[in-house]
Amino acid sequence: MAKNIYTKRDDGRKMTEVRPMTAKVGIVPSADGSASFETGKTKAIAVVRGPRTLHPQHMQNAKTGILRVNYGMMPFSVEDRIRPGPNRRSEEISKVTEWALNSVVDLTGFPNTVVDVFIQIPQADAGTRVAGINAAAMALAHAGLPMKQMVSAIGVGKIDQTLVVDLDKFEDSEFHDGEGSTDIPIVLTSRTKEIALLQLDGKISVDEFKEVIEMGKVACDDILKVQMEALKNGGKDE
Amino acid sequence: MEGKMSKFIMPNLQKEAIENLLNKEGKRLDGRNADEYRELFVEDGISKNSASAIRVRFGKTEVLAGVHLALATPYPDSPDQGTFMTSAEMHPMASQQFDIGRPGINAIELARVIDRGIRESGFIDMKKLCIKEGEKVYQVFVDIVAINDDGNLLDVAGLAAIIALGKARMPIYNEKEDKIDGYSETERIPLEKDVLSYSMTLHKVGDKIVADVSKEEEEISKFRLTIAMGDNAGKPRITAMQKGKAGTINTEDMETILKLAESKWTEMFPKVKEHVFG
Repeated sequence: MAKNIYTKRDDGRKMTEVRPMTAKVGIVPSADGSASFETGKTKAIAVVRGPRTLHPQHMQNAKTGILRVNYGMMPFSVEDRIRPGPNRRSEEISKVTEWALNSVVDLTGFPNTVVDVFIQIPQADAGTRVAGINAAAMALAHAGLPMKQMVSAIGVGKIDQTLVVDLDKFEDSEFHDGEGSTDIPIVLTSRTKEIALLQLDGKISVDEFKEVIEMGKVACDDILKVQMEALKNGGKDE
Repeated sequence: MEGKMSKFIMPNLQKEAIENLLNKEGKRLDGRNADEYRELFVEDGISKNSASAIRVRFGKTEVLAGVHLALATPYPDSPDQGTFMTSAEMHPMASQQFDIGRPGINAIELARVIDRGIRESGFIDMKKLCIKEGEKVYQVFVDIVAINDDGNLLDVAGLAAIIALGKARMPIYNEKEDKIDGYSETERIPLEKDVLSYSMTLHKVGDKIVADVSKEEEEISKFRLTIAMGDNAGKPRITAMQKGKAGTINTEDMETILKLAESKWTEMFPKVKEHVFG
């Protein structure tokens, strides 16, 4: 087997180290819940509006409220301008995010309503969907909606033959040497550590994949601490 | 619920019947075991006008997939490479639930999962699809149309896409008039045969992990996990994954899924290879 060439990260981080994180709730005053989550240069904001009456009426569910997620990158968030509005990538990410959040949110107390979660990325340096989910989970909690547990999200990856957490843009999309780069976004529930979101593209053995999940668990614990700390400080004026 | 789709209504009794039979006897309403696939059927030559067009059926779920090549300008960041696009249409003929018009989220997810699998694996040798660097390349289109949805469209469509690519013929380039004059009878498009991967979607229905779901099983499953695996010196290697639906996967289920995927891959991959390159 060829020698592993990825032994050191450009920013000096350990392979298991998440980029410096900041998190805050209550960033959008008019919303029912809101939060920001940043890891390194990747920034995500999430806003929760609802429960509110769902229109058109035929989409209402008499048994439960509905969670609706809309993810998007701002036109200026990356080097090549992104055309405003939905595209295939953003629609798919919205859907997988919706599934991940739906696994912990309980809206049965709000029949016929919708809870909208808006996720926007002002600045991107890889890992935007997981940053968005971290912010969205906080925003839902900040809105005071019933949740069975929290969720935390992390991108784990394989760079050449090395497993790393929280890939930056270089590791995610500009590293092509050796075995290249494999990106694996994971969402884990806080208490039971079950997988609420999982995507993967690249090449990885079954044993390595099992290790990826274990690394994800450790990183998600770190992230959860930051989320909970922000929620505890939430609502207070600065 | 799902944008362009109307709801699939299923009586609770039917849900209970499916789950009870699986939980107690490990069997399904159509008599299959939990890990059993429906019979695979592949037919070539659906359209003579394209590079390839095939029909793939798993039981009653049926998909057509075709490949076209067109002349295009390369992307600025890869001036010496062809380009690639996948589209999927959940045609209203395939199911009561599909509506006409712009693709809904299910069609988008399906197209993107298949597109990524092919693109990221480097299955198509894009460099060999360059005619003149920076100016002219071939663009490869894979178009998938669902004909009948009886569950597991994701796997059927994914398989259809790789078989259609495997059978796709090279276009004949007319340099003088700068257009394509039909397709070669013998030459196929350049593919990296070693990176072929095969994609399997497993669902959790009742307490069981179930392969190749029916429409009803798909409707009541708690989560699904799609795993694509390729060949690494005779052993399966994961090349893509996508989890769907709101249910969560615990450690035990994950163990079951990985084991099942490995054994199914070992069983199915030689057959798939035969269809793609045969």
